[in-house]
Amino acid sequence: MIRIENLTRIYDRTPVVNDVSLTVGAGQIAALVGTSGSGKTTLLRMINRLVEPTSGRIWIGETDAATIAPHLLRRRIGYAIQGHGLFPHRTVGQNIATVPRLLGWSAPEIAARVEELLHLFQLDPAQFRDRMPHELSGGQQQRVGVARALAARPEVLLMDEPFGALDPVIRARAQGDLREIQRRLGTTLVIVTHDMEEAVTLGDRIAVMDKGRLLQYGPPAEILTRPATDFVQALIGTGERPFRLLSLTRVADIREDGTCDGPAVSPESSLRDALAACLWHGRDCLPVEGGGIVTLTALRARAEGARAEAMATAGEGAQSKAPQTGGAAQ
Amino acid sequence: MTDLQISATGGTAGRFALSRTGLLFAALGAAGLALPLVQFKPNRIVLGDALWLPGALPFGWLAAALIACALFAALPQRLSHGLRLALAVAGLVITLASLGLAAKGLMPEGNRMARVAPAAGFWLLFLAFALMAADALARMRPGLKTRWAVLAGGILLVGLALGSGLLDQTSVMVEYAARADLFGRSLRQHLLLAFGSLGMALVVGLPLGILAFQVPALRRAVLSVLNLLQTIPSLALFGIMIPLFGWVAANIPGAAQLGVAGIGIFPALMALFFYSLLPVVSNTLVGLTSVAPEVRDAAFGLGMTRGQVLARVQLPLALPVVLAAVRIVLVQNIGLAVIAGLIGGGGFGTFVFQGLNQTAMDLILLGALPTIFLALIAGIALDLSVEALSRRGRSAP
Amino acid sequence: MIARLMVLAMAVFLVAFLVTPESFAGLFRPLTRNNAPAIYTQTGLLSLTLSHLWLVALAVTASTVTAVGLGVLVTRPAGREFLPLARTVTSVGQTFPPVAVLALAVPAMGFGAGPTLVALFLYGLLPIFENTLTALSTLPPSVVEAARGMGLTRRQQLWQVELPLALPVILAGVRLSTVISLATATIGSTVAARTLGEVIIAGLLSANTAFVVQGGLIVGLIAILIYEGFQLAEKAAARRIGLAPQH
Repeated sequence: MIRIENLTRIYDRTPVVNDVSLTVGAGQIAALVGTSGSGKTTLLRMINRLVEPTSGRIWIGETDAATIAPHLLRRRIGYAIQGHGLFPHRTVGQNIATVPRLLGWSAPEIAARVEELLHLFQLDPAQFRDRMPHELSGGQQQRVGVARALAARPEVLLMDEPFGALDPVIRARAQGDLREIQRRLGTTLVIVTHDMEEAVTLGDRIAVMDKGRLLQYGPPAEILTRPATDFVQALIGTGERPFRLLSLTRVADIREDGTCDGPAVSPESSLRDALAACLWHGRDCLPVEGGGIVTLTALRARAEGARAEAMATAGEGAQSKAPQTGGAAQ
Repeated sequence: MTDLQISATGGTAGRFALSRTGLLFAALGAAGLALPLVQFKPNRIVLGDALWLPGALPFGWLAAALIACALFAALPQRLSHGLRLALAVAGLVITLASLGLAAKGLMPEGNRMARVAPAAGFWLLFLAFALMAADALARMRPGLKTRWAVLAGGILLVGLALGSGLLDQTSVMVEYAARADLFGRSLRQHLLLAFGSLGMALVVGLPLGILAFQVPALRRAVLSVLNLLQTIPSLALFGIMIPLFGWVAANIPGAAQLGVAGIGIFPALMALFFYSLLPVVSNTLVGLTSVAPEVRDAAFGLGMTRGQVLARVQLPLALPVVLAAVRIVLVQNIGLAVIAGLIGGGGFGTFVFQGLNQTAMDLILLGALPTIFLALIAGIALDLSVEALSRRGRSAP
Repeated sequence: MIARLMVLAMAVFLVAFLVTPESFAGLFRPLTRNNAPAIYTQTGLLSLTLSHLWLVALAVTASTVTAVGLGVLVTRPAGREFLPLARTVTSVGQTFPPVAVLALAVPAMGFGAGPTLVALFLYGLLPIFENTLTALSTLPPSVVEAARGMGLTRRQQLWQVELPLALPVILAGVRLSTVISLATATIGSTVAARTLGEVIIAGLLSANTAFVVQGGLIVGLIAILIYEGFQLAEKAAARRIGLAPQH
């Protein structure tokens, strides 16, 4: 768990992060979204004290981050960044072993951990352990970067635009893999991104930042349907809203009995993908793998339901546009 | 990331925090005050008596106090760079004036044997204030025009110090006075060596570089030969030139009439010329090859001939790189020309090696200081030109 | 491949010549006049070469340690204030002619190896310092950020990440210094340092071109061999960190 209390960072008398409070529950993913210069990266870097807060507190579990020497704190917190930052002069295995070695693990322990992580990230240890980073593809480098961040089994993982340098196809896969690994390990994850799509896909909670302030912090559905300010609304993009909402729900959740012609969709795929498939194949319904169907009517009903909810709250929102900070957590 | 730490420490540092560079200059200056300012020597070979600043001249205590004040005043971190520069220049002037006045006071009337030579204390004070000035200037991040002005100001300051007669009684200037004619001749020879070899290298090297660019098959051969030339130590290259051109002058009809000779300045000039070829040729090549292919293609696309593309597009764009070669060659040749003094080629090397032979420090200085001064001016002036030229190239649409 | 064979041939020739100079006398005979000796025998060429190399090695080692140390210092937060000054001093210092530096060291040190060593040391500092500075201030930011973010201490960052990554560029600086020092050391003979310059100066004084050529030849060959050796090391170091080898 991470608890951030009234965190502020001032550079040259300008607050870059301004009185931000939020809590990320254990095992949850919080996505920090905002334009460049919004303070999201500074906020992230204050969690492992790469940037020292001007005021405010950070709790990692039950520990006040300010009470630990910065380098020791950072060894407890995983950190992965855009462009992976792998050490070019060390092999993949040595890169992953960095923090365990700093922590003084025994050699067999480290070797076993490296092996385990390479398996976890679908990189054959025999093939990859002794390669140099520049011999890997971009996607592989990125996976090694995340594996390295997770090497010492940190409770908390911080990621700064980790997929920013990947092309769209590989990025989508990397996001899926990260989600799965995070669920399996139960790591608390804070991820910085400028891509609302990515935030909606990955985040249990989304924090929207602008000019150093936290504008809204809540589950993706709440951010999409009840944007607290015009800025949040603009960031979501009104045209994209129905699709983003649909992407939050899995096909399995609206599966109906019956039969239907056409190519089957996976129950794990999102409603958004199912809608795309229906439109593309020109059908009103499609079969779901493992039985049942998904219908265009049901999809439309879902989207309309969400719209109605959004319209209802839009009225409220006009009266109270005060930013909701932190309140939605937990 | 480290910038953050800087600003963090900068923020916590108090109003009276001390500048670390200031502390270094103060330490150097303090050492300079603690060491003797000048050596008084009954003649120019013997070691002589050491004299400290306070005792070396009338009001020496005042000069020492002023210098200490300047060093002390430059300590606070918050001091503006302009003020720091002013303190440094003031310090330099006081240090030079102390040297000159000490020499004036100490030199016995009519004695042509005695010498008052600058000693470790003078050099350290000079170094401290020169570094302080350099530091202040570097932090002011002056523009091109300002830097030209600073260069001109520096030259003016040196000219004033020498021209005013203030330093006339110091050992180096006494040596100078005894050989003013020879000095003038050496200066001309030195400049001829440095600029003459540069000119020849440009005349030969530019076409050679263009040729190597047009005919890629030639590149490797040309560059390896020039690289080999570069590895021959200067002393040996100068030495080989003597018999080589002696032979040429004696055996090839007409060569001697053209000025080719195995003695005098000619072999030295040729040695420097050979050293200059590599930077000129390789930079011409690099400059031409680094012109963006799109630019070249566009020029061809506009219907220019190969010659026009070379003359109007590629060469102008390669100019900053070629000018950088001129800088390398000129600075290098001003330094290497000293060695000509060893093979009778003239130049300031004459004084340096004469001084070394006679263990006469002042004579060595008479050769070395102008050489360093020339190299400095050439280096800075050409650096500024290269920068101006490449900036113009970049801002051009 | 051909280049490598040539380097090998040079090395073989150099060793053979230094061990038995007399057997190459025929090669240098045409350069002498009036039956002057073809090979310098006042002092053994081998011993002069070793003393020359020793002087250069000593000076370059001292320059490397000092320059890298200073380079590290001015790129740490504590020394950052010295950075602008250091840059200026380096660029200005490199315009100082090596011969002038050597000549100025004599009065302070007397004749012999001392002033040569000081001049070589001072002059050798600049290229190494400049390259160290360039290398340490142009490290890939994401790697340095990752190193900090994973909890390496400042010292660990320096030794485990920054210096290994800076190595190829620092080596290039050491190569430059070594080659300059090799040539400048010959001039040291004018102030009575025992170097190969002695052979050349003897040739100049007695108008014996054979001496001049053999002195120059030995220094030139050593320079080429050392240059090639350093380039191999630089390429190996660069390849290790995934940089394309230059050229």
